[in-house]
Amino acid sequence: MALRGNLRDFTITQLLNLINLAQKTGTLIVDGPSEQAYVSFREGKLAYARIGQEDGSLASVLHKANKLNVNQYRAIAERSGRMTDKELGLLLINAGYVSQEDILLNLQTHFTDVIRRLFTWVEGFFRFENEILPPEDRINVRLDLENLIIEGSRQLREWEQLQDEIPSLDMALKFTDRPMTNLNLSVDEWRVVKYIDPKNTMKQIAAAAKLNDMEIRRIVYGLIQAGLVEMVRPVNVAVQLNPKMFPTQDKEEQRTLINKLIGRIQKL
Amino acid sequence: MQTVKMVVTGPFSAGKTQFIQSVSEIDVVATERKISSDSERAVKDATTVAMDFGRITVDEDLVLYLFGTPGQKRFDFMWEILSEGMLGFIVMVDSTRPETFREARSILETFRAYAPTPYVVAANKQDVKDAWELEDMRHALRLDARTKLLPCVATNKKQVKAVLLELLYSILAEMESGK
Repeated sequence: MALRGNLRDFTITQLLNLINLAQKTGTLIVDGPSEQAYVSFREGKLAYARIGQEDGSLASVLHKANKLNVNQYRAIAERSGRMTDKELGLLLINAGYVSQEDILLNLQTHFTDVIRRLFTWVEGFFRFENEILPPEDRINVRLDLENLIIEGSRQLREWEQLQDEIPSLDMALKFTDRPMTNLNLSVDEWRVVKYIDPKNTMKQIAAAAKLNDMEIRRIVYGLIQAGLVEMVRPVNVAVQLNPKMFPTQDKEEQRTLINKLIGRIQKL
Repeated sequence: MQTVKMVVTGPFSAGKTQFIQSVSEIDVVATERKISSDSERAVKDATTVAMDFGRITVDEDLVLYLFGTPGQKRFDFMWEILSEGMLGFIVMVDSTRPETFREARSILETFRAYAPTPYVVAANKQDVKDAWELEDMRHALRLDARTKLLPCVATNKKQVKAVLLELLYSILAEMESGK
């Protein structure tokens, strides 16, 4: 039977474990909330990974790792044309820009980062295609999955704990009344703090600060633990009475209904 | 016939079924099953797997239904269904089991996100010697000063009534403020 299903029932960590144990070759395709991920394996080892339309080319990976400067990156992007990553890699090694080790190490780091991001996906559908092999024009690596699986399991536990603490990102945040002194906040925490306002939901803050669900929860949890903020209902949906709550839409009748309930319960 | 509903929620074994039983005019329609997990069986023998259902008839035109949610997280898919169209909700917390406070907080936040309706928190088993004091519970549950945290003994009809009334007063206050 085809390996396909829902991430709610089968987590990324469990999938990697299965691929590792069965020493599978093929590509895992995951349809996440807003993007699609392609992760290729050879005999149970990670070979290649890409999320969405991100440029995972060798030139881009080396540029992000500061192995190529902006001018070199632009020149390569303009001139490489139809050159494959394998050809480009050879060219760069022969020209003395990078070593073979640099290339493999940076690609491994890049693919590992893609998998780390995948660990934060808890919604979506997956399928494993035996026929789709790692792309020929890209440099493949052979990365053992064991450490990634252990890291994924840890992250999953953290995710479950964060979900318990902050079940919904539709709530807003407000600063507590307690005075705060000598707070050392990280750059990411500042990015969240600057948007804290009872009008903004955590979902909106995450979008503005370009953080995923896991990252925003982790930061907010830290801020709550430090006593800096507390969760509140967003101001624009402050306590309101949903029309569905009452069998009548007439305000006076609704008031009468509540008073009747009060009277009845008092008499119980 | 007009019907309205309130939801009683809280962690596993917080006393939700008992709370509804204390005021319901019908025997609570409880969908209880024997517990299979050893750790949960150590706390009680049967648990609610779908919902509890109690009724208070106000007059021939109006009935209040009380729905109790299953406490375990694996049944949380039921929570949103049960919370739809509720007048308000009560979060039951067992004052003697601080290990459930974190879960109670999580359930409270989940329900707050489902529906911006009034709610109160009932600190159950306040008659037990090991019960936490209300102010300590308020800190542990991270409730602000405006949130009503009420002492409760789910087997005591008078106290259950007081909790329901406080929730109704909150609903009335919201109606008045949103005239």
